[in-house]
This record gives sequence, structure tokens and C-alpha cells, in this order.
Amino acid sequence: MAVDLKMPILLVDDYKTMLRIERNLLKQLGFENIEEACDGTEALEKLRHNNYGLIISDWNMEPMTGLSLLKEVRSDSALKDIPFIMVTAESKTENVVAAKEAGVNNYIIKPFNATTLKAKIATVLGDF
Amino acid sequence: MGHQNLDAQMENLSQEEMIELVREALKIRNGDLTAADIALYGELQGLVDFIRAARQEISSLKPNDICSYHIPSATDELDAIVEATAEATGGILDAAENLEEIAVRATPEICDEITNVVTSIYEACNFQDITGQRITKVVQTLKAIEEKVGKLMESFSHPAVADIQEIRSEKRVGEAALLNGPALPSSSRDQADIDAIFSS
Repeated sequence: MAVDLKMPILLVDDYKTMLRIERNLLKQLGFENIEEACDGTEALEKLRHNNYGLIISDWNMEPMTGLSLLKEVRSDSALKDIPFIMVTAESKTENVVAAKEAGVNNYIIKPFNATTLKAKIATVLGDF
Repeated sequence: MGHQNLDAQMENLSQEEMIELVREALKIRNGDLTAADIALYGELQGLVDFIRAARQEISSLKPNDICSYHIPSATDELDAIVEATAEATGGILDAAENLEEIAVRATPEICDEITNVVTSIYEACNFQDITGQRITKVVQTLKAIEEKVGKLMESFSHPAVADIQEIRSEKRVGEAALLNGPALPSSSRDQADIDAIFSS
């Protein structure tokens, strides 16, 4: 099935600059419907009131980290199937393992490039 | 188990309690001083001397300077770095986004070329997130050091906060005094301020 480029995507990061970079790169890839949240708590609030086709989240945020957000999403019957990609500077094996065990669909290390972003999204959603 | 409890109690003694303990241990019983007493006296005297020497060394390091000036100054500078790089990155992104809008008006071939270049700019701007996180780690480390120095000062019953004027009176002289680097945002001047000084 072709990827719906109009599907709403939720970007979650506490650095405004990173949100802007990710938004611009997603727009270049053709995605049009992008929303943002500054931390896991705000993201969860948006997730419970809107439908999203993909979550792309940082890990190191306060008060709720990306990992905690992931666990909340996966434990919520209404949200558990939303694809979730972690984009983070956390690169230790235990981080990746923890994210996988929590149900992350893919994991991108910062700094990243547009090619990697596209490839990981394609792995999760299908080619586009 | 008795020794472990005694060790734990010894570790929690303040300096005054330690000195009092030494005094009690040194009360000489008339005609009753044994070789063991003398050895104990020697050990305890050594401990008191060590504590005094350590306290003098710590005082000479001016630990108050660390907590009241050096660390706060360092963390202020680091915060200013994060702010400056965020602002600069914002400017770069503004320019890149403008380029993308302009590219749409160019031929498809040129548009693609410009878009590729703009993509490289976005990718390069990742740096600001990484440097910000690294600096945050450094600031946390400095604050942890400040806390530990503060606790060390308390345990040696160090006097209260030093006079900041005393710290800053240790001034550099001559041309060295003119080398201060960029001012923090809260105290910086802009070109108009400099022009006003220059013209006065």
C-alpha cells in the first residue's frame, strides 16, 4: 500500500531547532501534515485528542522522556499501533535494547541525514 | 559487627566531636600509661594533625571561590553558548527556508540542485542539538562538583560565603586586564553603545 503523504505526523522534541529541521526534511520528502510537541506529556495530550499515522520522538526530554512516551503509547489500546520512531543522541546498546523492548519501530541516531530519515520511515511505513 | 558499627559512627563524627574524642582518649591515668596507650596517642595525634593539615590545604584552595564565583561564572558562559548557537542556527534555517521558496521559481533542474544543497544545510544544523546536550552534561557536572565542595566545606565547618569583593580584588593588571572575551548577554553592549563611547 502506498504511503499516505497527507497522514498526520507528530514530531516530539524539546529543542525547537530540531523540530524545525525535522519538519523541513519531512516536507522535502513530501509529507504535508506535521504537528509538534515539546515533550512527552504534551505529545500524549495531542495523541489522545488527534489521530496520527507516525510518531517521531526524541528521548531526552522532561518531564516525560521519549522512552516513557513510547511505553505510554504502547500500553494505550487506542494508541498502541501507531508507528513510533525514536530520533536521539542516545547511542548505547542498552538504550536501543530498551527502546526495542518497549516497542519502538525504528531508531535513528543524531546527527542524522535526510537519506537515513527517509530509509527508516520507509522501513516502518513502506516505500515512498 | 561491633567494629562495623564503630566504623560507621566514626565516619559520621564532626571535627569537634573527633577532637573531643581525642581529648578523652588522651586523659592520662596516673602511673597507668601503657605501651598501647602511647601507640593510641600517637595514632590519634596523627589523625588530628592530618585533619588540621587537610583543613589548611582546603582553605588555601579558597573553596568559597569555586562555589560563589568560578562555577556560576562557568555555567553562565555555557548557557550563553547554547543561546548563541540556537540563535545562529535559527538564522541559518531562515536563510535555507528562503532558498527553498526561491528554488520553486527556478527551472526543475536548478530547483533540484538548490533543494539538495538546502538539505545539506538542514543536516549540518543537527549540530546545535548535539552541542546543546553536551553542554548540558558539562553544566550538570559542574553543579555536582559545586555541591560536593559545598558539603566538604560544611564538614570542615568552613566560614560562610566569602566576600565577593575579596575574590574580584585579585585583578589582572596592564594589558592582561583587557582580555575578557565576549560579555554575557545580560551585560553585553551593542554597536550603538560602542559608537557612543567612541564618539564621546
